[in-house]
Amino acid sequence: MTFLRHRATRRELLLGSGALFAWAYVPRLALAEGRDPRLLVIVLRGALDGLAAVAPVGDPDWQRLRGNDALTLQGADATLPLDGFFALNPAMPNLHRLYKSQQATIVHAVATPYRERSHFDGQDVLESGFTRPGSTESGWLNRVLVNLPSAGRVNPKNAFAVGPITPLVARGPAPVLSWTPSRLQPASNDTMSRLLDLYRHSDPVLARALEERGALNAIVQPGPIDANPMKSPGKPGEAIRAYFTEAASAAAKFMARTDGPRVGALAFDGWDTHANEGAAHGRLAMLLGALDGALGAIESGLGEAWRESVVAVITEFGRTARINGTDGTDHGTATVALLVGGALKGGRVIADWPGLKEMNLYEGRDLKPTNDLRAVIKGLLRDHLRADERVLANDVFPGSQTVKPLDGLMT
Amino acid sequence: MAIDVRTQAALALHRFGFSPKAGALGSIGDAHAILIAELDNPVAGQIKNQELLSSGKAARAAFDFRQERQAARVAVRAQGQSSDHEPNRAAADDPQSEMMRKEAKQEAPKSNPGPGVPQQIYLEEAKSRLDAALDSDVGFVERLVWFWSNHFCVSADKGGVRPLCGAFEREAVRPHVRGKFADMLVAVESHPAMLLYLDNARSIGPASFAGLRRNKGLNENLAREILELHTLGVRTGYSQEDVTSFAKVITGWSIVPPRLAPEHGGEFMFNARLHEPGSQRIMGREYQDNGFEQGRAVLLALARSPATAKHIATKLARHFVADDPPADLIDRLAKRFLTTDGDLKEVTKALVNAPEAWDAPRNKLRRPSEWLISALRAVGVRPPDVRPVLQAQNLLGEPLWRVPAPNGFSDNSAAWMDGLAQRLDISNQIARRAGVGIDPEALAEDVLGPLLSNETRQTLARAESRPQALALLLMAPEFQRR
Repeated sequence: MTFLRHRATRRELLLGSGALFAWAYVPRLALAEGRDPRLLVIVLRGALDGLAAVAPVGDPDWQRLRGNDALTLQGADATLPLDGFFALNPAMPNLHRLYKSQQATIVHAVATPYRERSHFDGQDVLESGFTRPGSTESGWLNRVLVNLPSAGRVNPKNAFAVGPITPLVARGPAPVLSWTPSRLQPASNDTMSRLLDLYRHSDPVLARALEERGALNAIVQPGPIDANPMKSPGKPGEAIRAYFTEAASAAAKFMARTDGPRVGALAFDGWDTHANEGAAHGRLAMLLGALDGALGAIESGLGEAWRESVVAVITEFGRTARINGTDGTDHGTATVALLVGGALKGGRVIADWPGLKEMNLYEGRDLKPTNDLRAVIKGLLRDHLRADERVLANDVFPGSQTVKPLDGLMT
Repeated sequence: MAIDVRTQAALALHRFGFSPKAGALGSIGDAHAILIAELDNPVAGQIKNQELLSSGKAARAAFDFRQERQAARVAVRAQGQSSDHEPNRAAADDPQSEMMRKEAKQEAPKSNPGPGVPQQIYLEEAKSRLDAALDSDVGFVERLVWFWSNHFCVSADKGGVRPLCGAFEREAVRPHVRGKFADMLVAVESHPAMLLYLDNARSIGPASFAGLRRNKGLNENLAREILELHTLGVRTGYSQEDVTSFAKVITGWSIVPPRLAPEHGGEFMFNARLHEPGSQRIMGREYQDNGFEQGRAVLLALARSPATAKHIATKLARHFVADDPPADLIDRLAKRFLTTDGDLKEVTKALVNAPEAWDAPRNKLRRPSEWLISALRAVGVRPPDVRPVLQAQNLLGEPLWRVPAPNGFSDNSAAWMDGLAQRLDISNQIARRAGVGIDPEALAEDVLGPLLSNETRQTLARAESRPQALALLLMAPEFQRR
């Protein structure tokens, strides 16, 4: 007799938030330059506290603002120094190592154009690429793929198993497929083809949704972790770490293959730290550690392809500069974006630091945005995937003509 | 566009209910009447199991369970001369941290004694809810319960909420789905499950007695989500100041700490020591400080706002009718909401009586759990154990009472389109269990009636086996969409 456990199994979490969404084509212009670039976008839902992830330890107002919760260079929870002004949360040694070897770039005081504080509108702007929420049902990642000249499908025979929920960033007209491991004995190919036949005749939308499914599980073996979904997960932090690592590792192994997808997206939930944030050893430290583990797993999973890869970690907005009444932070504005990958010209924190004095805070409460996240992503898409700059300004991030792509992100 | 009587009867059951059980479709005369009759039936939407615990009892049982486990651990440690120190004690008047002891800490020790008390309560509640859906006649009232439970969602994955989410639905949602919106709103926002889920139990007025003493303060999570998700809707004109003021108003809406009160621990309390003193201005209106009533007054005002009426009308229409519901329908429902002071039975009747609700094309993809219940009802399978059903819901991305975020599960078809493959695997599973005793072609006629297409009919007729035909029936477009 088996029992459902209290918490999500790894598989459930994969289904809920770690499903991989991937594009199975090779960008042609990059290929013409002798490159075969990979891009993985990781969306952190719930709004990451950028100040707790990358602390401005050199800012004279930092400790006054956060009090005992301010991470500093000294003490038992000493941060990992980056550039003399900023330091990294001690839960992220992998990111620190990558930064030191010029394979990580951190953009601080960055925000999308969204200036209210609703998660769902914020995620809508983050993922849609529009300046306002509710503007569209497609995501910027999908639209850049539609407009990217393709050198042909990677492996037309390998269709993809699908996950239950598609995030907005990946939705749209480009044929994006998703993968999640399935616990059930799958329906036979014969049943599948009969159903597809029925859908083709009576419901083309359902047909399209089901069509790409097939032999993907042959590409990414679920591996031994999935073999026993009921096994004890240990401490909650370890379980979440394992979830993140498993999803990231599967994504990386997928994208490492010569016949694997070149562009993918993952989403991790749980960053909405209203109470007991625990930047040093509580919940946020655990989540950041899990993210750090995921970044490490991506690096090793990509293998040789890591050299040509960029991973962009983004979130809908930041959190209040001050700690709230319940040792957490409420919804804020600017935050950080984390870029890692062998193709980056890294080892830098890019910031036009706004300061933390009362007068410098956005609406007297949040870190003020001085970098536009769209500029960062446009820089990546242009210089890494060779997306067209006009397409980026008009179709991918409509209304961003005045937001110039950030130069010099790539080697 | 007039639709014939038989089609209308089928629509009533598929669009507004949980699909017909075998034999039910043929017996329906007037489609409107059967829906209105269920709305007027006081027994509909009730949970039969009398043994379920109130939220207070559930919270206390979970608390006692944690205490026992902890004591056992301490004893084991003392034996093993472990140097580990005890977990931090919660501050005596911080009920949330007390109740937020991680579920993981109750995780079974090595000699697996089975699920802990919070999980046992969760499973009992889940089973009762499953039975209510399977047993319901049309299922219209039960669908309303599901709708409102998702509108006012809480998550079992938040500390302390797991043993309460079933009680939350029974205590704060069920009694009001055919009552006044304002009553449901007050019941929901003052329920311990919501106060824990959105952190209000521990929010402290900065100038309150406790705030001045302990330098603790506000948490604006619940206040914001009430405005954004539960009432007015996002982008309806409230400001950050309104959110902050509202958060101050509901400071003190908290929970009796189980440690201090064995009799009433875990129940709602208005804790004046945490409450921010003074009047507050919210959206241009001044609210005098009269304790709990101050927050209640804000909720009542929000419940009467035209923005709330429109928000609720849109969500109801989207859930039952179409991803992009007709504007006329939304207007009609919003008007009814305003003229009846938020009488949800009247609003729901307006939905049933609106021609747009019947004329809309049948292309809304059922949400995964709704589809699952419909499939089980059609096939006539009653799982003896609720756990495989919960696992199926997890697999389909809609785990019971475990929303990923406070906006609940999406009611847009596009969000669920990618889960079709999982649905096929589950259909396959159900069909294998149901065995060869069912005639899928007859069942298709029986359950779908005039909605059954010739393409599906042919596909079923040509299937290689009865289980395959049954799986295909559950996956047919006219069973996936409504």
